[in-house]
This record gives sequence, structure tokens and C-alpha cells, in this order.
Amino acid sequence: MNGFLELFAEYDIIGAFWMNIRLTILAAIGSFVLGTVLAVFRISPVGSLRAIGTSYVNVVRNTPLTIIMVLGVLAVWGQLKITFSSDFALNFFIYAVIALSIYHAAFVCEAIRSGVNTVPQGQAEAARAIGLSFLPAARVVVLPQALRGAITPLGNTLIALTKNTTVAAAASVAEASGLMKTMIEFNPDLMVSIFLTIAIGFCIIVIPMGLLTTWLSDKLAVAR
Amino acid sequence: MALSDSLVAMTQTTPPPADPPAADSTGTRILVELEDVNKHFGSFQALTDINLTIPERQVAIVLGPSGSGKSTLCRTINRLETIDPGGTIRIDGRPLPEEGKALARLRADVGMVFQSFNLFAHKSILENVTLGPIKVKGVKKAQAEKDAMELLERVGVAQQARKMPAQLSGGQQQRVAIARALAMKPKVLLFDEPTSALDPEMVQEVLDVMVQLAREGMTMVVVTHEMGFARKAGDRVLFMDEGKVLEDTDPESFFTRPQHPRAKDFLGKILTH
Repeated sequence: MNGFLELFAEYDIIGAFWMNIRLTILAAIGSFVLGTVLAVFRISPVGSLRAIGTSYVNVVRNTPLTIIMVLGVLAVWGQLKITFSSDFALNFFIYAVIALSIYHAAFVCEAIRSGVNTVPQGQAEAARAIGLSFLPAARVVVLPQALRGAITPLGNTLIALTKNTTVAAAASVAEASGLMKTMIEFNPDLMVSIFLTIAIGFCIIVIPMGLLTTWLSDKLAVAR
Repeated sequence: MALSDSLVAMTQTTPPPADPPAADSTGTRILVELEDVNKHFGSFQALTDINLTIPERQVAIVLGPSGSGKSTLCRTINRLETIDPGGTIRIDGRPLPEEGKALARLRADVGMVFQSFNLFAHKSILENVTLGPIKVKGVKKAQAEKDAMELLERVGVAQQARKMPAQLSGGQQQRVAIARALAMKPKVLLFDEPTSALDPEMVQEVLDVMVQLAREGMTMVVVTHEMGFARKAGDRVLFMDEGKVLEDTDPESFFTRPQHPRAKDFLGKILTH
């Protein structure tokens, strides 16, 4: 057991989890913004925008996240030499956030669209009837109700995103699962304890999200 | 004389349009004009060759069996339903634009009251009424709230202004919906079966507001099954069946001397008890 406690001194386990949390927060914001725009595309009266939204969702949703992550590193950074920061670690952190945002935006879009389906047609018709054009009607009337109806699927997406931040290890970001691999490599005798430590760490982050989602979806439900 | 503070007087302060308004031979301003309007849903023809003009201050009652196209007719007037190419709908002399901002502007002149109220479920009663003036007309919030409270007062639901729609009865919700439509100071009000979703004891409170509006000279197109209202407030009855206007006459003639066999049949079914 001595060796196990020393791991906490030797490795920055808390710092590694903090990296996952930062990736989660920034990618959650990025994917929410992009996903909302895509959802508006998918419900818009303009056919070409709908086609863009649908194509994005179908392509990105069906591409493994690791491939998007590695594509960023090998193609965009490796071949195209696009860098966001001269700081090596920060550069790859930004790559990871962008890859996570692009990937989860597809799921956010679909979650919001399922929320839009909970808003009766009459709400949009009433908005149009008082003279709101599509965007104001979407922004003021439809989306606020849709988001309240989409909290459960959005919460699911957030939980998946949190766990998917471990894929950022593929872009050399020093996060918890990467640290786990390193720790196991140098302390194979403590493998099970190390694994459980990281697993419990993720539980501590993710379980409250699930509880919060359930609470919010009850609290914000639109009474009809 | 609280009722003499006219609902319409406070809603009809719209400046006259830049274009000369359309007028019929007697000089009355034509507010709604439908010309060769047809509407298909797939292969089903919902409206057939509708030609119709509705002058200012007229209350036109649209009657007919279910599926006769009367709701569709009502909804085409503010383009909630598109019409087949070749037809034209003009509001106050201006053709309805295809889509976009111009259509939104024109829609603001045509109020609509729905069967299922359609109050914005996540907004308070007051916000439901002020939303249009603030977002569409750019009215200041304080002014919009003052106007909204006056309208809510007049339809008798001012006490409920801070509540959410789901906390109100159907009759109260529908009166709020009428106030919401009036807040835009519309030239025409469309009613799509406004009392059909209401419990019987709440029908009268909504009809009372509509009768008052009619008396004050609001131009109205009312799709309804309320024959009492049609006789009391209507200037004109349009009887529809299978997407066609089969009779177009005054209420008294329609109810006492229906001409078309379908109209006779329809009246026979609803007036026998």
C-alpha cells in the first residue's frame, strides 16, 4: 500500500483530471454553440442549410472520435503545419478541444432537434403569426422551449463528452487516462489500484452530472 | 361606460399605408382579397378557385362541415399555408410576399387566433402580449407593458398577467390570445375555430370579447361552429364544402333561406336540436 500512496506524490493525478475537466468545459461550450447552429440549420426553411446540417451530422456522427483527433494532429498540424500556439502543450490542447467540439456538435444538434420535436407546431405558427421571421421565432419561442425539452439527451452528450476527453491522449494531451497508462507502465504491481483510482475519479466527475441532468429536466420542464 | 373605451380605437392607430389602399366601386377599402386561390395537399385539393374580397369593418363568418377547407382558407390569408402558383392574396392592396422579412411584416398586420390558443408556454401572460410589439415593432418595454395591461384589462384577464399560460383556464388563455393578436394593432383578425377547444361554460366569455370587437368595427374572418355568434355578430356568411365557397350571403338569408343543397343539408344537421 506504501507504493500506492506515493503515486499521488510522484504523479500529478489531480492535475491530470483537471485537464479532463478543462477539456470538458471548453468542448462543451464549443459543441453547444456549433450544435445549436447546426440544429437551426436542420429546422430552417432553407433547403441548402438543411442539407448542410444533415450532411454534417451524418458524416461526423459516424466517424470515430480517435480518427478526428488523429486527423487533426497528423493532417492539420503535421502536414498543413497549422499551429494555434507556440507552446507545444497548449497547441495540442486547442487541437483536442476543437476535435471534441466538432465531434460532439453532431450529437448536440440531434439532442436539440429532439427537443424541437417536443415543441408543438402551434408555438412556431403563433410566433410567425405575430410577425416574427424564422430566426427571431427560433431564438425567442422555439429554441428556449426545445432546450428545456432536450436537457436529458444534452446531459447524456455531456457525460459522453467527459469520458471522451480521454481520447485527447491521442493528441498528446496530458490527461487522466494517459497518466494511467504511464503509471501502470512504471508500477505494474499496482495496476489494479491505479485503474480503480482513475475509474473512481471519473465517477466523481460524471455521476453528479447525471443527477444534475435529472433534476434540471424536472425543474425546467415547460408546463403545457 | 367602460365598454365605450373601444378596443378597436386603441388598436387602430396604424398610419395609412404609403400605397393607395385598394377600394371597391363604392369606395370601401378592401382589406383582404383572394384571387384564383387553389391549394393542394399532395393530390388532395383543399381549396378550389376561391375568389373573395373582404372590405374594412366586415365580419365574415366561414361555415362548413369538417374537412371543407375553411381552416385552410383562414390559414392561407396570412400564409401559414402556402397556395398553389397562379393565385394571389392581397392584404390591404399588397400581395403577400413569398417568405422572409417582407412576409413577416405583412403578417404583423394580420392577427390570428388559433383553436388551441398557442400561447407561448414558457412566457408569462404579460410577456405573451408584449413579445410581438417589442420584437417586431420595436416598442419600448415599458410602453408595451402598459399597452398590454390595458388590453388584458379589456379582455378581463389583467389579474393573471404574471401567471404562466398553463395556469389559466382555456377561456382565459383564448382571451389572452386575442389580446396578443390585438397588441400588434392588426388590420384584420383571423379566428380559426376559436371556441372549438373550450369547455362549454367557457365559450361565452370568448364570444363576448369577439362580439365586442365586431361591434367596434374590427375586420374579422371567423371560422366557427357557433351559429348564435354568426347570426349576432356576422355581416356575411361564407359556406364552404369540398374546398369551394358554395354560398356567400348575409347571415339572415343563409340561416332562413339557404340556397345550395349542401347548405340546406348542413343546417338541417346542426339546427334540428
